[in-house]
Amino acid sequence: MSPGEFYMLLGPNGAGKTTTLRMISGLLRPDEGTISVFGIDAIADPVAAKRIIGWLSDEPMIYDKLSPTEYLEFVSGLWSAKTDIAERRARDLIAWLGLEKHAHERCEHFSRGMRQKVALAGALVHEPKLIILDEPLTGLDAGSARLVKDVLLERVRAGCAIIMTTHILEIAERMGDRIGVISDGQLIAEGSLLQLRNRVGSGDATLEELFLAIVGQDTTTS
Amino acid sequence: MNKPGTLVWFARHELRLTWRDGISMMTAGRPGRGWKLALGLTTFILCMHAVAFYALRRATALAIERDLPTLIAVTCTILLSAAAMLSQAIESVTRIFYTRSDLELILSSPARTERLFAIRMATIVLSVGVMSLFLLGPFIDVLAWLRGPRWLGGYGVVFAVSLTVTAAAIVSTVALFRTIGPKRTRLAAQIAAALVGGAFIVGLQLAAMFSTGTMSRFAFLRSRIVEGHVPNINSTFWWPARSALGDLSALGAVFITSLALFLLVAAYYAPRFAGYTIEASSISRRRNSRKAVRLPFRVRNAFAALRHKEMLLLLRDPWLMSQSLIQLVYLIPPAFLLAKSFSLSGRVAVILVPVLIMAAGQLAGGLAWLTISGEEAKDLVQTAPVLQSRVLQAKIEAVMECILVVFCPFVISLALFSPAQAIIAASGIAASSVSSAMIQLWFRSQAKRSHFRRRHTSSRIATFAEAFSSIVWAAAGAVAASGSWMALTIAVAAIGILALVRLVSPARENEGPPNRQVVSASACQQEFRSDV
Repeated sequence: MSPGEFYMLLGPNGAGKTTTLRMISGLLRPDEGTISVFGIDAIADPVAAKRIIGWLSDEPMIYDKLSPTEYLEFVSGLWSAKTDIAERRARDLIAWLGLEKHAHERCEHFSRGMRQKVALAGALVHEPKLIILDEPLTGLDAGSARLVKDVLLERVRAGCAIIMTTHILEIAERMGDRIGVISDGQLIAEGSLLQLRNRVGSGDATLEELFLAIVGQDTTTS
Repeated sequence: MNKPGTLVWFARHELRLTWRDGISMMTAGRPGRGWKLALGLTTFILCMHAVAFYALRRATALAIERDLPTLIAVTCTILLSAAAMLSQAIESVTRIFYTRSDLELILSSPARTERLFAIRMATIVLSVGVMSLFLLGPFIDVLAWLRGPRWLGGYGVVFAVSLTVTAAAIVSTVALFRTIGPKRTRLAAQIAAALVGGAFIVGLQLAAMFSTGTMSRFAFLRSRIVEGHVPNINSTFWWPARSALGDLSALGAVFITSLALFLLVAAYYAPRFAGYTIEASSISRRRNSRKAVRLPFRVRNAFAALRHKEMLLLLRDPWLMSQSLIQLVYLIPPAFLLAKSFSLSGRVAVILVPVLIMAAGQLAGGLAWLTISGEEAKDLVQTAPVLQSRVLQAKIEAVMECILVVFCPFVISLALFSPAQAIIAASGIAASSVSSAMIQLWFRSQAKRSHFRRRHTSSRIATFAEAFSSIVWAAAGAVAASGSWMALTIAVAAIGILALVRLVSPARENEGPPNRQVVSASACQQEFRSDV
């Protein structure tokens, strides 16, 4: 992947999308092979790789008893960010995600959407070069989903690389620069929407049609 | 008989849930442990019978008369059990208010919910009674075996007490709900349950210390001071004690009175419980306006950030607060003893030192579980550019800081009249706390902080190891305080126990370089597939 690229990782349930992302993030150890994050060997030097990665899963990883501000302060500490830069960044993210009114409230009674926004702010506060998102839009209402998408596109424009899994193929079609389809742990197709259309031989097919064709072909072959 | 929505139908539903919940709690939710559970329970019951036989064999040689000292001792035993049962009942009633599970389904149905709540109240009576019988049943059996079947009346007394304390728990929890509101009741009830559980024994201990200058409750109960302040031997006050001593007419009266009291309370409150649970639910859904203290945004280094976060979470945890409170309640008698014996000989330390060491071990175990296994954002911490060994180190340091804050005043007070005993206490507290924290580290698992109450179910070995380690360190402290070098041998035994626990711990199997302490992908996929 190159900086400023939005990569969509698609696949049926149990294909290995989350496992792949968790391996890149250092949450799982691969049985074999290598992982290189912008030139850093993530297996040999996981701490260096983690320094430039931001991770967000579908289950928001936040602390009920901390406020969003305290949470971002903690995350900044974990990534050894400088106080002034982290504070400015935290304030911007809180404002951007519409959390100003709740910035100093404990997260324990936040709705799912608010929790996801806090977790997203945590993934972005240390300005990672690579953002890994596993189903980040699950359970979000239309407004919150739109806000999250806008924030992600802004990060891509700023030069971040993003890998994201989603089951909402319209979003993958609209936002992804490159799309990878995984099935049973194997990457079975990869390319831009145009390249995938050429591969399937259907010039105006939607991503949903392409995905079903690719996954269907793979199932038939295997 | 089995028509949906009837009392019997709800009773079947509740009993099935209670039974499965109980089994799941005892097997830590792992399937295929049924025979182990049966074996464990049988062994426990047999051991308890052996303990009861050992404790009662001398007592049965004496003629147990229904005289005043005996009635006082039996009444106090009943009150002691009742305090523990009341504590359990308060907690259960609170759970009816706040645990949602199937409540929303049932409340949204056209079924008559007062029946459900009446059954839930009866389930509390049953569960509190059965739990108490695990401890009291063997003593009743041994007495019945040695002194005649009339002693089986003890079973009736246990359930009569269970009916009474459940009624009292319902009334007091509802009173809390109405006075301080649903928002604060949960925490207040937890603290009340913890205090009630410890208050009676602590009160008795304090009274014994101040009246006779000893730590013996029995000497106090048999003293003339007590005999002069209790009702006449023919008073109805002694009926529960007479029931336990085999007086069947007293037993009948006590049981019927308790049953009538419970039915009255259940009939009055069951129709109102739906309203209370809805009120409690509205509170938990209302947006939280509780503001955290606004401090300047300050980024600490990773290690300090972790420690700061752990301290904040520990301080803001109501579960922990109630659990810590009970630990502190048990420290009150030694504190008073310390104050009273300020100028007395070093023998006092023989009692004080082990109590402090034991409490420190237990508190450290609980705190370590919260910080290590109760990590809410495990993925976040694992994806941070910090070595996992440093993360664990920060967590353990946070636990030790809490222990330091709690126990420092006791050690300093002790040091004022005996520096040597203070050094022994401080060393014991440190050893016992570190041991408990290490055990929690070796047996760490992923759990929700709200499951703190059930933390003992995740690993029986860890639970026993933690308790055993604290006891052995306490013994070493007591022997050291009495001036014997034997303490060193006991300390070596404590270290040996730790080494043994380490050998059987799952942490040993997962050992590897710090950057490889993560689950392998194939293992994860395999687990995922088996789940699917």
